[in-house]
Amino acid sequence: MTESRTRATSWHEIVLATLKDNDVRLAVYVPDRVFTPLIEALHADPFFTTFAATREEEALGIISGAWMGGLRGAVLMQTSGFGTIPNALASLVVPCQIPALIFVSERGTLGEFNLGQALVYKTMRPVLNSLAVENITITRQDELAFTIDRSIKQAVATQAPVTFILSPLLTGGKVFEG
Amino acid sequence: MTAKSSAAIGAHNAKVMNRFELTKRLVAQLKRDEAVIGGIGNANFDLWAAGQRPQNFYMLGSMGLAIPIALGVAIAQPQRHVIALEGDGSLLMQLGCLATVAERAPKNLTIVVWDNGIYQITGSQPTASAAAADLVAIARGAGIANSAWAADEADFDRLASSALKGEGPSLIAARIDNKPAVATTDRDPVQIRERFMRGLGVRSGIRNQ
Repeated sequence: MTESRTRATSWHEIVLATLKDNDVRLAVYVPDRVFTPLIEALHADPFFTTFAATREEEALGIISGAWMGGLRGAVLMQTSGFGTIPNALASLVVPCQIPALIFVSERGTLGEFNLGQALVYKTMRPVLNSLAVENITITRQDELAFTIDRSIKQAVATQAPVTFILSPLLTGGKVFEG
Repeated sequence: MTAKSSAAIGAHNAKVMNRFELTKRLVAQLKRDEAVIGGIGNANFDLWAAGQRPQNFYMLGSMGLAIPIALGVAIAQPQRHVIALEGDGSLLMQLGCLATVAERAPKNLTIVVWDNGIYQITGSQPTASAAAADLVAIARGAGIANSAWAADEADFDRLASSALKGEGPSLIAARIDNKPAVATTDRDPVQIRERFMRGLGVRSGIRNQ
């Protein structure tokens, strides 16, 4: 474990440090309020190439190409964005055995105020399970570094994608503000 | 080559050419192990038919993602030129990627669009580009200033040669006829992906366990 990961105190610092430890240098995202501190930290760190895609499946295409070119990448999205990617998973990432690292900011549960989010949330795990895509829900900060670190290594070693679902229990989630 | 600057040529002035013929012309210009991403359907079938280079990636699904995949390769390997071959229907499905490419502005990326105005492989239904949409104008509007219609075969050769010099990103659009692809790609995604990675020098010999 690197010094930066030992020093990290918030969930987003741990995610960033763990990505760095595993030489994941590309981060492509579609914005999310809860992920904003992580996205801002990735932008601020020159180790990473960080930018927004216009759509989640586009982001998956970009990191798939980057992986084939020898560069490890992660995609960041919120639950509703997950609804746009099943085709890219089923017809590119899974059959080509690409170790895509997919981070989802979980919405639709534990206090969701938007029915649209709540319904997409219900489709997410069934879709991932039906494609046999590893998906890990992370609720505890003390398990975060271990879970992500080991799962990235497994994804690369077994040439399989992995989805990290970051629960509101970990991130605080997004709350209704009136 | 026409005397007219290609930048001034609109879609209506471009000659209707043949995709396989132009694909062969493009591949003939590749001398530095350039990577080529063949979009779903006829774009990758004709790429396959033009010669199975290990630096070719043939998309079997994920319609619309040839350009994003090419962008990813271009970011990973800035010293290698990368070309995306995409049909008009596929590009229309994922227009946002043009804005992403323009924002990233990789010098080593060229996009080639085959515009026959139809969803050829699904029954030749008309695309929006057949009636109204000008894909070069859209690309310029997205921020890819170096976008042009190929007036004819010689103009296509010239535009490709210029693009491959590495002052991209650039987009070349060609109006093409409705002839089907001349062959069909072998559909083995793992083999396609692994051969491509070896072709890009990412893999060598037996993988480390």
